[in-house]
Amino acid sequence: MANCNCRQQLKDFLDEVSFAMDDVVLFLDTHPYNKEALECYQEYKNMREEALLKCKQEGMPMQVEDVQSVDDWTWALQPWPWKGGC
Amino acid sequence: MWNYEKRLQYPIKIKKCDPKAAQIIISQYGGPDGELLASMRYLAQRYTMPYNEVAGLLTDIGTEELAHMEMICAIVYQLTKDLSTEEIKASGFDKYYVDHTLALWPMAAGGIPMNACEFQSKGDVITDLYEDMAAEQKARTTYDNILRLVKDPDITDAIKFLRAREIVHFQRFGEALRLAQEKMNSKNFYAFNPELE
Repeated sequence: MANCNCRQQLKDFLDEVSFAMDDVVLFLDTHPYNKEALECYQEYKNMREEALLKCKQEGMPMQVEDVQSVDDWTWALQPWPWKGGC
Repeated sequence: MWNYEKRLQYPIKIKKCDPKAAQIIISQYGGPDGELLASMRYLAQRYTMPYNEVAGLLTDIGTEELAHMEMICAIVYQLTKDLSTEEIKASGFDKYYVDHTLALWPMAAGGIPMNACEFQSKGDVITDLYEDMAAEQKARTTYDNILRLVKDPDITDAIKFLRAREIVHFQRFGEALRLAQEKMNSKNFYAFNPELE
């Protein structure tokens, strides 16, 4: 669990930028020509992609395509999010 | 098509079991103004929605509601996972436990099973968007009631997040209603159904 803090920080960052994306996506649905919101979308999308990539490299697949290990099926072996773990 | 992302929209980490709180909060899983019916309402309405932006909003809010359903279930699960038989009996959780053990089952706090009769999908832009705005307010009221009854900050932190999302969704549906009315014929003063025209 030595790297738990680091993983937790990464996970928190992913949650934050993903939430910003969720929010700006709804705003864009009703303001599809808003330049400021479109820029905001690009900015958070880049941050989210970076965070997802780091999670993947850390062996924490968020999406099923992010599974890296060829020795075991980490997608199902790692705890599910409702368990409240790190 | 949907893809699963292996995280909650907002993290849930509850340290203390509380079966009484769980019995209240489960209403936002399967109750009349719960997250599951909210999702089903929007995802059902979108097929006949004539305006792309509004169909997009119904899809995206309907999807977010599924993530909220998952958060509510995570709260109920964590509040009940380590209960002893004594705690189950003392808290009144025994009436749920006898049928479902510690599994999640969509029902209102009063025990009424989830029922599609609690929402409408009417095929009329104005009718459906007013229904959606009302739904967001009803869910917000339910969260306000939960916040009066439950005080553990591990729980209320997540409930406050969900409450705030109801307000944002209400705002977005209000904008969708304005967009829809702008697209309707200016002579359509009484806002008759554009889905039939």
